[in-house]
Amino acid sequence: MTITERKPHKDIIEAKKHPMDYLLRWDRLPHVWCSGCGLGSVLSCFVQAIANSGIDPKKIAVVSGIGCTGRASGYLNLDVFHTTHGRAIPFAIGLKLANPELKVIVFSGDGDLFAIGGNHIIHAARRNADITVICSNNFNYGMTGGQLAPTTPESAWTTTSPYGNVEPSFNLCALVAAAGAVYVSRWTSLDARRLQESMEEAILKEGFTFIEVIPPCPTTFGRRNQFDDGLKMLEYFNTHSVIKHGMDPKDTTIRLGGEMIVGNFVNIPDRPTLDERIHGIAKKTKK
Amino acid sequence: MSNKAAQKEVLTGEHYISGNEAIAEGCLAAGCQFFGGYPITPSSEIAERMSRRLPQVGGVFIQMEDEIASIAALLGAAWAGKKSMTATSGPGISLMMENIGLGVMTETPCVIINVQRGGPSTGLPTLVGQGDVMQARWGSHGDYELIALAPNSVQECFDLSIEAFNLAEQYRTPVIMLTDESICHMFERLEIPTKSKIKIINRKKPKVAPKYYLSYKPDEDMIPPMATAGEGYKVFVTGLTHDEKGYPVITAEAQEKLVRRLIDKILLNEEKIRKVENHLVDDAKVLVISYGITARSAKGAVNLARKQKIKAGLLRLITIWPFPTKLIEQLSKKVDAIVVAEINNGQILKEVKEAVKRDIPIVLSGKLGGSVHTPKEILSKIEEVSKK
Repeated sequence: MTITERKPHKDIIEAKKHPMDYLLRWDRLPHVWCSGCGLGSVLSCFVQAIANSGIDPKKIAVVSGIGCTGRASGYLNLDVFHTTHGRAIPFAIGLKLANPELKVIVFSGDGDLFAIGGNHIIHAARRNADITVICSNNFNYGMTGGQLAPTTPESAWTTTSPYGNVEPSFNLCALVAAAGAVYVSRWTSLDARRLQESMEEAILKEGFTFIEVIPPCPTTFGRRNQFDDGLKMLEYFNTHSVIKHGMDPKDTTIRLGGEMIVGNFVNIPDRPTLDERIHGIAKKTKK
Repeated sequence: MSNKAAQKEVLTGEHYISGNEAIAEGCLAAGCQFFGGYPITPSSEIAERMSRRLPQVGGVFIQMEDEIASIAALLGAAWAGKKSMTATSGPGISLMMENIGLGVMTETPCVIINVQRGGPSTGLPTLVGQGDVMQARWGSHGDYELIALAPNSVQECFDLSIEAFNLAEQYRTPVIMLTDESICHMFERLEIPTKSKIKIINRKKPKVAPKYYLSYKPDEDMIPPMATAGEGYKVFVTGLTHDEKGYPVITAEAQEKLVRRLIDKILLNEEKIRKVENHLVDDAKVLVISYGITARSAKGAVNLARKQKIKAGLLRLITIWPFPTKLIEQLSKKVDAIVVAEINNGQILKEVKEAVKRDIPIVLSGKLGGSVHTPKEILSKIEEVSKK
């Protein structure tokens, strides 16, 4: 029995509109994500960050690749692009270079951005392309049923590592920082306010900005690795994550059972962006 | 060229340049403002010229990390409202195939230049081929149609580049220019007309307020007006099968409705899109069908045959896809035999065989790549079928 059924009809008050409604496509809900998944919280932080940024929503384009997180762009009431697997970043670079007025944000998953799309992310960071990349890292391929990802921690069980993962995983923050990202941070979906503030900061900063966010994935990762519901994973994040701002990203590798270091790691001021440099050529040439 | 002249999109006047350079100038004259590419022989001169010319006309050139990134970037640029292009060959065009499918599915206007070389694999990087004809049509997965053009001179490299952009914008589709190493490395006279004489077609824009706009609601001509990012229309673009809003709908019905329209908007307009050249076709008894560089040898072969009193004629395909099936069926009614000349193992040959409903000899004058036919090679096939 729901709460409303217990109340007399006259006492039922229609819910007020949520202040973030205007940034969501309500006609697309309910979303596809599993119960216990953290992507809803991440999306909620994202829309709040967009609202707080003060940027005209008409000038924001969100690009996703393929996968669970790849569906995020489709719930946003903005110009949204759901592209091919791994190619959100070059698509976003095309959008941004062709219309410098746009704020272009890539919202995608770890497999999409770092396995099949790995080449693009390091080059985007190297170029300091003026885009923000939000990478939701759930340690596996969720949409296809829980297979091994380049982020799967060593020894973890996935449907394609049935004897435990024998490969070392990528430390995403260290990789993009080494490639030249001007802003790098990592949060779990439990750190909702801190995540939202970092998103806001990353969106407003010029250049290649990167946020890794770790949501619980109980359905395809957790239940095969001792976290059989979303709450258990959040509990794990709560007990194992440690905030260390300014930490050298190379010392923040995630290991199951060990410390999970989160925080704002990199924030480099005033590095010229790809857009400034490329449009600078046209300006010089036209004189 | 003088510094001032170089700052124009249209370099009106006479030039002596290569096919690749003519393509670059044609694309600029068409209004191209974005090039995303990756160097590959024998197409690299297009990227080189665009890297120099685009900044002069306020456009953007970027060399991406690979061909996959290149095509993704040009789709993105198209959605930011710019006319965008890339140029590639052999292995590069293979890498682009998945996102060409995204371009078809999301109805993104863009131009892809394929300077064909010998394949498969690394094959013959510096030598001619025409082996990507079927790939242009079937290379991405699923059922689809797109437009492909084949120039056979430096002048046509220029002219068809403009045509390619016009068709891409009009039909909201990727257009592939199926050119070849020989045409693109050939130097010839090129005449660039004045800007006012160049016909430019731009994509249809929405006529309704953003509130009423649906990203994929087609007009009666089967083509939806295209809003771009940043205009306030909140476009919804996905490679998934979608409805008129652009929203994903994973059903057989939605697939039938959408993919049928994507196919029909090209196939039902075949006659409007069609461009061919007829050379001595009217009274021909042996019809030669060819395209690109090979059509030049085929024309020579037809002329040689006429000297021997063989009534040969050439149908040169300028539009390769959609294929002029109806036209070839009609022409086949008047001829006794058909010779298809192409630098592959018989790709257009199969389309011709499918178009022709009569029992007449249809033979291939083929080469597997690396050299252009001599007129005599094609002539020997004409002689062979005219004796039958």
